[in-house]
Amino acid sequence: MSVHATKELQAYWKENLVIIMVHLAIWFFVSFFCGIMVVDQLDGYMLGGFPVGFWFANQGSMVTFVILIWTYVYMMNKLDRKYDVHEG
Amino acid sequence: MSILTWTWILTGLSFALYIYIAYASRAKSTGDFYAAEQSVPPVLNGMATGADWMSAASFISMAGLISFMGRDGSFYLMGWTGGYVLLAMLFGPYLRKYGKFTIPQFMGDRYYSNSIRVLSLICAIFVSFTYVAGQMRGVGVVFSRFMNVSVNMGVIIGMALVFFYATLGGMKGITYTQVAQYCVLIVAYMVPAIFISMQLTGNPIPQLGMGSAITADGAAMLHDPSTQGKYLLDVLNNIQHDLGFGAYTSGQRPRIDVWFITMSLMIGTAGLPHILIRFFTVPKMRDARSSAGYALLFIALLYTTAPAISVFARTNFIKSIHNVKYVDAPSWFKNWEKTKLVGWQDKNGDGIMQIAKGAVKDPKSANEVTIDRDIMVLANPEIAKLPNWVVGLIGAGGLAAALSTAAGLLLVISAAISHDLMKGILKPNMSDKEELLWARGAAGVAVCIAGLFGIYPPGFVAQVVAFAFGLAAASFFPCILMGIFNKKANKEGALVGMAVGIVFVASYIIYFKFVNPAMNNKDHWWFGISPEGIGTVGAVLNFICMYVVGKFTPEPPQEIQDLVGSLRYPGKLVVPPSAGH
Repeated sequence: MSVHATKELQAYWKENLVIIMVHLAIWFFVSFFCGIMVVDQLDGYMLGGFPVGFWFANQGSMVTFVILIWTYVYMMNKLDRKYDVHEG
Repeated sequence: MSILTWTWILTGLSFALYIYIAYASRAKSTGDFYAAEQSVPPVLNGMATGADWMSAASFISMAGLISFMGRDGSFYLMGWTGGYVLLAMLFGPYLRKYGKFTIPQFMGDRYYSNSIRVLSLICAIFVSFTYVAGQMRGVGVVFSRFMNVSVNMGVIIGMALVFFYATLGGMKGITYTQVAQYCVLIVAYMVPAIFISMQLTGNPIPQLGMGSAITADGAAMLHDPSTQGKYLLDVLNNIQHDLGFGAYTSGQRPRIDVWFITMSLMIGTAGLPHILIRFFTVPKMRDARSSAGYALLFIALLYTTAPAISVFARTNFIKSIHNVKYVDAPSWFKNWEKTKLVGWQDKNGDGIMQIAKGAVKDPKSANEVTIDRDIMVLANPEIAKLPNWVVGLIGAGGLAAALSTAAGLLLVISAAISHDLMKGILKPNMSDKEELLWARGAAGVAVCIAGLFGIYPPGFVAQVVAFAFGLAAASFFPCILMGIFNKKANKEGALVGMAVGIVFVASYIIYFKFVNPAMNNKDHWWFGISPEGIGTVGAVLNFICMYVVGKFTPEPPQEIQDLVGSLRYPGKLVVPPSAGH
């Protein structure tokens, strides 16, 4: 494992923070926004037999959470390689 | 074969499996005992985390609870899964890089303070005991309902099993037993749901079935040909409407309260010690990220099925009981009547069962049927006329859910005593062998106390569960988050923040739950936030205190700031020796 310049590691950390922010924004949007704040408005639309707001509150937010963790895993593994800090 | 025989066979087989696994993976060192030698593959850690997380309440009570709450119940669904997104991105990988054994130890090291370590270990023990009390009771209840054993005998059988594998195997034994327990509980939960979804809607995936239209067979099962071709949720909304309830897909609670409860459950989840320590058990930082991904995938499998079961069971239940003559009541109703989970009182003397809004004992209500929420999962397979072996599975699954969660919690208690209190503070020079003895002893004592809680359940268990999440949200979550993401977060700020967070949440909950329960309604809550959601406010106060106090007190020493820096990068970078001892 090579020794890294502090600057490079700071850039790695900054990129990580940006990735986290984007993911948490989506996390907030599907659950707190779609599933709670505008749920009644969204219920005016249907998705098959589901009112849309109800679907976000009962199913959609959880499905999105799972996808979010896996895109984070994927992006961080790529970032680890880009900065050559991946674990063997 | 009868349901009872199947339950005994399936439970017996699963117990034999747990004992074998525990024996095969017994712990040889403290590293084994606390963190399974950091060698658990991420997929298996995901399963173990799932079993650790999904308790007797998730398995037996949650779907029933939601079936009575309709959309309002979604704060359990979102709140108890959303925390894993936070764990994967904000905590898991960095705690793994830290690489020690307990949360109080991390807190003490990061904030270079033994006071914080002690405060954290008290919080960890309190939160874990609160939680474990319900689990042991759950074991007894499952035994008594499915196997004609008294509740107390059931608790004792459960205690003996947990005692065996928790003291022998520690984290290693618990982890591999939990993997098996996850498999048992998820099969037990999914099989009836899949069958019922097929019967009602023809769709084998319950998550889609709940949003599908009812088939001809489904309409026959509901004894109502007019429902054929209609969406299941529309049918349920109509039924609810006819009986005087609100629509199932709409909410009654104020949205601000739902918002705060969801947030409190999410950040509380991310602050629960028995979940956090699971990230210490994987080999690498990137494994911590992917094991959070597996954990949530495995958890979401059950959590997305639960609302489907709620919808199926509620529709089925009302359609097969409401306006039916008692003499024609289905056999499952009479079976479960003996357990007092369902009951009927012929108030108008017409010999017909009527369901309506309100309590049976309220003379003004037309309701004649009492329904315990647990029945929705427990009797579900019988309501759908599934084969006896499927009914037998539910017992084994409920036990797996309760035992796995109990074991994970007991390990937190044991490690807090042996590693943080004894080795960390009172007796720093003891050998690894002696510490292991303390750990086993503490686990044994903790099992016995948990068993006593199961046999003599304190009346306040349901009330204090709000406590567990509120405290975790207001104490651990902000301090661990700042500890990783802000190098300048210091000891003074953390101490004040934790103290303010804990005192605030505890006072709010104690006031509304114990001192003045009559005032516990939305007219008296601050800003309409219930005691269940107050953890969110406690966490915000903790953040503010940490920031403000930190501004006026000395920065943490350089080696602590370096330690925080080292947590942020994978690989073998320069890791300064941990401070605080």
